[in-house]
Amino acid sequence: MSNTVKKEPLFGPKMRKVLSGPLNRDNPVIVQVLGICSALAITVKLEPALVMGISVTAVTAVGNVVIAALRSTIPQRIRIIVQLVIVAMLVILVDQILKAFAYEVSKQLSVFVGLIITNCIIMGRLEAFAMANKPWASFLDGLGNGFGYAWMLIVVAFFRELLGSGTLFGHQVIPDAFYAAGYQNNGLMILPPMVLIIIGLIIWIHRAATRDSSK
Amino acid sequence: MEYVNIFVKSVFVENMVFAFFLGMCSFLAVSKNVKTAFGLGVAVTFVLVMTLPINYLLENFLLKKGALGWLSDGFADLDLSFLSFIIFIAVIASFTQLVEMVVEKFSPALYASLGIFLPLIAVNCAILGGSLFMQERNYADLGEATVFALGSGIGWLLAIVGIAAIHEKIKYSHVPKSLQGLGITFIIAGLMGIAFMCFMGIKL
Repeated sequence: MSNTVKKEPLFGPKMRKVLSGPLNRDNPVIVQVLGICSALAITVKLEPALVMGISVTAVTAVGNVVIAALRSTIPQRIRIIVQLVIVAMLVILVDQILKAFAYEVSKQLSVFVGLIITNCIIMGRLEAFAMANKPWASFLDGLGNGFGYAWMLIVVAFFRELLGSGTLFGHQVIPDAFYAAGYQNNGLMILPPMVLIIIGLIIWIHRAATRDSSK
Repeated sequence: MEYVNIFVKSVFVENMVFAFFLGMCSFLAVSKNVKTAFGLGVAVTFVLVMTLPINYLLENFLLKKGALGWLSDGFADLDLSFLSFIIFIAVIASFTQLVEMVVEKFSPALYASLGIFLPLIAVNCAILGGSLFMQERNYADLGEATVFALGSGIGWLLAIVGIAAIHEKIKYSHVPKSLQGLGITFIIAGLMGIAFMCFMGIKL
């Protein structure tokens, strides 16, 4: 790591770009369309979405560092298996930690913790970035992509929980007076297909906005 | 009868794509034309049907609490289930690698049409998802697990071919500019998901 420090400042402009790119312009979820697989099923409520976001960020960042450190010793032909084994090991750690400290949430996430292994974001970053870059840059890249993923999850979960159950983090936010006046929770929001539609709309807004700003 | 029930349930009610969003990545990447979509669907079904029973046996004779009881009494209360992720993914990854090598060697024509998908399949969430659901739902015997694998695979195939077909048609319609491509694909998938929900609650 000390080599990296000499050549590039730790938080130079390039490094900052690596970290911040995925938050907006190269967002893994809505621009590169990675990692939709496992994660969108858990955005009914904010809390599991937040935990999932943090777990994926941790796995991506650490996985990136490990792969970047080993990148010259991994044989080309079997690299996918090597990557999978490293990621699987990290996910087992995350799973055990969740079971120990956040048992309720880990029950809600059920198989989706395990599915972090095949989350395309992680494999994508390992293949595209960590195999060709130094550990520190890879770490930032992992963090950036993890956050980009997490905040998308949180946005989706925010709307679903607010409109679907009228709560945020389990606390009621829509006043009782609304319900008395005839307001009802939108049950459709809780059902799985709505996620796809919400993401579709977010992509629409994002594309329209980025096109405007690039003109 | 139980088999039929599991099959119908895994194809329609608990469709891998629409109920759990599994395998969405490759799904969005290749659902551009029906032919490739069908090829990928067949490949996924094949790998699911082959790996899920292997994982079922591993789960029940190696990993589950008390599963090592057949070895000797001393192992009877050993619980290795925390190892299941790594074992399942290792089985899946090595199996796909094996299939890729065999197909490449013995049937170059098939390899040309299917081979490109095989490395993708190792990281297809639907495959690992199938094994994890199998672990969670405790199927009674090997037959049930295999039927579940077949059903999920066919459900996935149906979904991806359906979306690819709609995708081919949508080229001829006027979609708002920013919504073109990905955005509209997501919304179509969402609408198809709602359509699939009418199968909910079916029991045979």
